[in-house]
Amino acid sequence: MTRRTLFTLIALASGLALVSYWIGQQSYSWMPVQASAEAILVDNLFSFMVAIASFIVLGVTGTLLYSVLFQRASRYDISDGPALEGNLKLEIVWTAIPLVLVVWIGTYSYQTYNRMSILGSGGSLHVGMPTAMANEIGASPEASAPIEVRSRQWAWEFYYPDRDVTSTELHLPVNQRAQLQLTSEDVLHGFYVPAFRVKQDIIPGRAIAFEFTPIREGRYRLRDSEYSGTYFATNQTHVVVESLKSYQQWLAAAAAQPLTPAENVAYQEFKAAIEKPMSLGWSRIVPAAAPLANYSSSESDSHE
Amino acid sequence: MSDATLTALPKTEQPHPGAPDNWKRFFTFSTDHKVIGIQYIVTAFFFFLIGGLLAMVMRGELITPAADLVDRTVYNGLFTMHGTIMLFMWTFPFLNGLANYLVPLMIGARDMAFPKLNAVAFWMVPVFGVILMASFLVPGGPSQSGWWAYPPVSLQNPTGNLINGQLLWLVAVALSGISSILGAVNIVTTIVRMRALGLGWFRMPVFVWAVMSAQIIQLFGLPALTAGAVMLLFDLAVGTSFFNPAGGGDPVLYQHFFWFYSHPAVYVIILPIFGVFSEVFPVHARKPLFGYPFVAVSSLVITGLSGVVWVHHMFASGTPDWMRMLFMFSTMLISVPTGVKVFAWVATVWGGKIQLTTPMLFALGGLVMFLFAGVTGIMLASAPFDIHVNNTYFVVGHFHYVIYGAAVMGAYAAIYHWFPKMTGHMYYEGLGKLHFALTFIGANLNFFPMHPLGLQGMPRRVASYDPEFAFWNVIASIGGFILGLSTLPFILNILSSWVQGKKAPNNPWRAIGLEWLVSSPPPHENFAEIPVVVSGPYGYGSNEPLVELAESKAAE
Ligand code: HEM
Ligand SMILES: [Cu+2]
Repeated sequence: MTRRTLFTLIALASGLALVSYWIGQQSYSWMPVQASAEAILVDNLFSFMVAIASFIVLGVTGTLLYSVLFQRASRYDISDGPALEGNLKLEIVWTAIPLVLVVWIGTYSYQTYNRMSILGSGGSLHVGMPTAMANEIGASPEASAPIEVRSRQWAWEFYYPDRDVTSTELHLPVNQRAQLQLTSEDVLHGFYVPAFRVKQDIIPGRAIAFEFTPIREGRYRLRDSEYSGTYFATNQTHVVVESLKSYQQWLAAAAAQPLTPAENVAYQEFKAAIEKPMSLGWSRIVPAAAPLANYSSSESDSHE
Repeated sequence: MSDATLTALPKTEQPHPGAPDNWKRFFTFSTDHKVIGIQYIVTAFFFFLIGGLLAMVMRGELITPAADLVDRTVYNGLFTMHGTIMLFMWTFPFLNGLANYLVPLMIGARDMAFPKLNAVAFWMVPVFGVILMASFLVPGGPSQSGWWAYPPVSLQNPTGNLINGQLLWLVAVALSGISSILGAVNIVTTIVRMRALGLGWFRMPVFVWAVMSAQIIQLFGLPALTAGAVMLLFDLAVGTSFFNPAGGGDPVLYQHFFWFYSHPAVYVIILPIFGVFSEVFPVHARKPLFGYPFVAVSSLVITGLSGVVWVHHMFASGTPDWMRMLFMFSTMLISVPTGVKVFAWVATVWGGKIQLTTPMLFALGGLVMFLFAGVTGIMLASAPFDIHVNNTYFVVGHFHYVIYGAAVMGAYAAIYHWFPKMTGHMYYEGLGKLHFALTFIGANLNFFPMHPLGLQGMPRRVASYDPEFAFWNVIASIGGFILGLSTLPFILNILSSWVQGKKAPNNPWRAIGLEWLVSSPPPHENFAEIPVVVSGPYGYGSNEPLVELAESKAAE
């Protein structure tokens, strides 16, 4: 390799590295708002992976594009290219590069995962410290019983055992480690709040401990992430993150309310469908009746 | 290869009755691997069109946020059948057909090791195809539990009938597994036992290496899937409780059975496509495959690693931390042998005398899209990130880049590349390029938007969605319709050139490989005398002969 080609290569690679870094920085804006401590960790990891990915994709595509544009055989040229069959040094280098990248990305992911430690102590074996994140942001882990998240076809129900409150909207105090216990009455469901970047399948017959730390006040979408049958798409509700004070006010107000049937999209759609049956008559699963709750959310409420 | 070698080949009249020049042969129980190959390919393509039509309806539904085009039950049936048809009725049969057609020719064999078994394995395809399609007609409609049929959803049977869509689905999938096992036994045996004299392992084309590696996966993986399907069938039909939590069963156990096969299955799909890339690039860039032994062996390495990664589909299931971390690392490792291949292709193309024929365009387009899928794949392997995006559209975008971008584009590259050999006619380049342009644009418009949607948190398998997702969904739908359209120039091209296209020479690409030494289309039993291979498969630019004919050798 001549000095000149070496210089060009280094210049190209550094230019590409800058562009890739910039794309990596952009990646934060592709995500929903960062409403939990975990979201910050995941977004940093994602940004790092996007930068590496951009470098690889742009580098390889650029090389191919250059070949296609400038190394075409002219119309009547039927000769062959150089009979290069291999180059041991090159081959070792490009086996080593992905290996190094993999170890790097893997280690970073491992550290991120450890710091998140979203599977609560009741759930399973731990690699990290359970309240690592909570300590970092200086939150005091509450000693109260975990909020019970009950999922079914198709409604979310949140039960606060300390106050005996049932709600179809999940309320959480900001900057405190949220402790949940996930259960399902029928099939697999998935607890998923995109703004928190956390997700956990809920398996019938098990109670899964789950935790994370909301850090930003607001109203966020909670979605079912594990396909659960006919009205799966409607199985959504809201999480409200608020100051400790308004959280306690909300709990007290809800506790004073009687249980009333909540709004339920699946149930409404089902009733409308059996009144005018679909011509194809493909089978639908009967949704559970609308849950009874002290406090219920409405689909028309806004979210971020 | 010298011209003398070419002209020394026997004349290709077809002395055997029913040689494949008679189209009626394709509708019989033929044991000729070439007939069976084309039978597979055409059947598969027919199902590809059906699966594609279902996808068009889905994209039609998703063009607006509300569930307003079809009922939710219909949407759920559509994505279940779309996924199932695309995997079990299009990709696997297509690739089996390609392997069937090419492997014996490429290794200098007269046929597969077990020709009758081969025909039986093929004829099972239309049989389970009919069973699967029949589920559209049974009361209650087809299965609505998604292509992975997780219990307990797949065990819910609101019609109460014994014969229901889910049952037919399970029977079809189990039969598909059996058919694929038969095919795999045959292909692996053929490659191991029937190679021509002189065709050592490191003179074998990469396509053959790749097919062998893929079929080995079928041998160890399919029994798990088939067992899982049969157990689920028992749960559904006779009320056992292997997987039913209501009776004490474990639904997560099913996920292990299922993914133990179904992750490696993506390599059953992609490895032969890697093989196609490795055949197409050297010919149309007129250079030897760079780092051939590395590319060849990396297929087997992928096969080995693919057996220890299945839990990455279950990062969000009830999976303990240590398992998440272990499978995160093993999954990422797969990118090493894969990276070796990608670099080798780039180095093959680099500095070549590139001819942008239709197969070359499809291979290049497929490579670029595969690259994109590869980097999002690494991201998905990273457990903390996967927890955010799994079961969202990010995953749907990732696997369609693999499966449409790389596998379907690679399949088209293969069809165009070997079309002259298979039919004896040239296709029309202009239509081919139009087909490529529509496919490449359509695929990227369709599948790129799925990534931002997934990052924003749009779940997959939903007939309706929140309005904030509308923008990217409209773009995806437009791309989807372009993709639907793109099949028209292809069908037109294939049909018209098959009937009246220009006659193809034996070796229109001046390619090196045993299949190009015989006439187009090849005669019954391929080789009048089995050639003796004297050099490697990619000697572009080095003027080595590939074969010595046995006869001329004997005459020495
Ligand atoms: C015109 C091209 C295509 C379009 C527009 C399309 C569109 C879609 C859509 C909208 C979904 C639903 C995603 C979800 O909600 O999870 C889907 C799922 C799927 N597609 Fe495609 N697709 C196309 C081609 C293909 C091909 C060629 C294959 C395979 C060879 C394929 C395999 C699958 C699979 C396995 C699923 C998952 C089904 C499930 O969730 O059960 N698709 N596709
Ligand atoms: Cu996988």
